[in-house]
Amino acid sequence: MDLSLAIFVQIIAAVLLIIALMVGNAVVMVYMERKVAGFIQRRPGPYEVGPWGTIQAICDSMKLLAKQLYRPGNVDLILYYLAPVLAFFPVLLLFLPIPFGPWLTALHINEGIVLILAFAGLGVLSNLLAGWASNNKFSLLGAARAVAQTVAYEIPMILALLAVVFLSGSMDLKRITEQQGQWPWEWNILLQPLAFFIYLVSLVGETNRAPFDLPEAESELTAGFHTEYSGMGFALFFLSEYANMLLVSFVAAVFFLGGYKGPIADGFWWLFIKAYAVMFFMVWIRWTFPRVRFDQLLNLNWKWLLPLGLLNLWATAIIMKIFL
Amino acid sequence: MAAPEKLLTPGEPPSLAQAQSQVDPPLINLKPVNWFFDLNRAMSLWPVTFGLACCAIEMMSASMARFDIARFGAEVFRPSVRQADLMMVTGTVTRKMATPLVRLYEQMPAPKYVMACGNCAISGGPFKFDGQYAVVEGVDQLIPVDVYVPGCPPRPEAILEGVFKIQELITGRRWWPLPREMAS
Repeated sequence: MDLSLAIFVQIIAAVLLIIALMVGNAVVMVYMERKVAGFIQRRPGPYEVGPWGTIQAICDSMKLLAKQLYRPGNVDLILYYLAPVLAFFPVLLLFLPIPFGPWLTALHINEGIVLILAFAGLGVLSNLLAGWASNNKFSLLGAARAVAQTVAYEIPMILALLAVVFLSGSMDLKRITEQQGQWPWEWNILLQPLAFFIYLVSLVGETNRAPFDLPEAESELTAGFHTEYSGMGFALFFLSEYANMLLVSFVAAVFFLGGYKGPIADGFWWLFIKAYAVMFFMVWIRWTFPRVRFDQLLNLNWKWLLPLGLLNLWATAIIMKIFL
Repeated sequence: MAAPEKLLTPGEPPSLAQAQSQVDPPLINLKPVNWFFDLNRAMSLWPVTFGLACCAIEMMSASMARFDIARFGAEVFRPSVRQADLMMVTGTVTRKMATPLVRLYEQMPAPKYVMACGNCAISGGPFKFDGQYAVVEGVDQLIPVDVYVPGCPPRPEAILEGVFKIQELITGRRWWPLPREMAS
C-alpha cells in the first residue's frame, strides 16, 4: 500500500472520529453502567442531575478535569505521567481496521485481526508501568495481577477467534463480515457457539472487569494499579477501559454476530447495536457476580478455556478439511 | 539517630496531630469558570469508602435501594482517596484511628470536603466523660469539617441532607426542593 495523500488524510480523519467515538462512548458507558447498576440493585441510579441523570457523566468528567493533579513522592516521574497516555493511545490504533459499514473502514488491511491482537497487548503495558511507577505496593501488586491475567486470557481469546478465521479462510475483518448473512441464523455464532462462549468469557478477563477485576480488587488492593492517580490520570485509565470494552465488543460483533449486516438494511447502526448489546452483557455480569479468587481465575483459564479452545479449533479444522 | 519515643504515663492521652494540608489558590481566577467547575464538583461528590462505626451502616443504607444517594451523583465510593472528593467521617474516631484518618485526609487531592456524621464524630457523643482517654472528642480537632450531620446514628435522609448542604456550600444555592415538613 502506498501512503498517498488521500490515505493520509483518510487516516487523520478516521483518528479524529475515533477519538470522538471513544469519548462519547465513555460518557454513554458511565451513564449506562451506573444506571444498570441501579436497576439491578432496585434503585433508580443517577436521576436528578439533568433529566434522568443524563448529564451525570459529563459532570463527573468535568470534575475530574478540575481535580488537583497529585504526584506522590519518589515516583518515577516520566513513567508516572506516561502510563495514562500510553493506556489511551494504542486503543486509537485498534479501531482502524474495524469495518463499520460496507464502505466505512478507516484502514482496510487484509490482516486486521493480527493488528488488533498485537496492539491490544500494549494496554497491559500501561497498567504495568502505572503500577511500577507509582511506588506503591498496592499498585505494584495490581499491575502484576493485570499482566498475569491479560497474558493468560489472550490465549483462549486468540484460539476462539482463530476458529472463525479457519471457517472463513481470512483474517480480513471485512471478508469475515461479508461471509455472514443478514439474518441471525446466518451468523457465525450458530456455527461456532463454543468459540463465542470462550470469547465472551475471555473478553471479560481481557478488559479487567468484574468478576475478573483482580487488578483493581477493592477489598484487597485499594484500587490496584491506579491507586495513586488522581484527576485526569485516573480519567484516562477510565476512558481507555471503556474504549477497550468497546473494541472487544466490536470484534465480537464482527466475528460472531454478523458485523454491520443485519435485517432490513446493512450499516454501522447494526454494528453499534450488537456491540452495545455485548457491552450491556458485560455490565450486567459485573453487577451480578462476585469477584473470583486469583487461583480460580487462572484455573478457569488454563484448565477449562484453553483445552476447550484447542479442542474447538481441532474439531473445526477436521470438519473444514473433510466436508468443505 | 532518632529521638527516643516518649513513653506515656497512664492517664495521659497521646498528643493529636492536626492535618497539614495546603491548597494553592487557583492560577486563573475567573468567575464563570469557577462557577462552572463548582457546579460540576457539587454534582459528582465521590465519597471515600471509609466507615468507622455504626454510622457507616447508615452510609451504606443511604447508598442502597430505599434512599439511593446515586440519584444525586454521589454513589461512586472510591476505595482510593486520591480519586475521592468527600470524606464522610462516619462514627467514633478513636485516638488510634486519628493518625490514619489525618493521613487519609492529607492524601486527598484538592477540592475536598468533610462531613462529620453522627454525634461521636461531632463531639465524642456518648463517649465524652471525665477521664476518658480513648476517643477524640470531635473530628474537627483533627481536620476541618464542612458539614455536621447530627444523630446517633443519623438516618439516611440526614446523610442525604448533609450531601445537599455540601452542594449548597460549594455552589451557593440549594438544588433540591425541601421536604414538606421543612418547607412549611
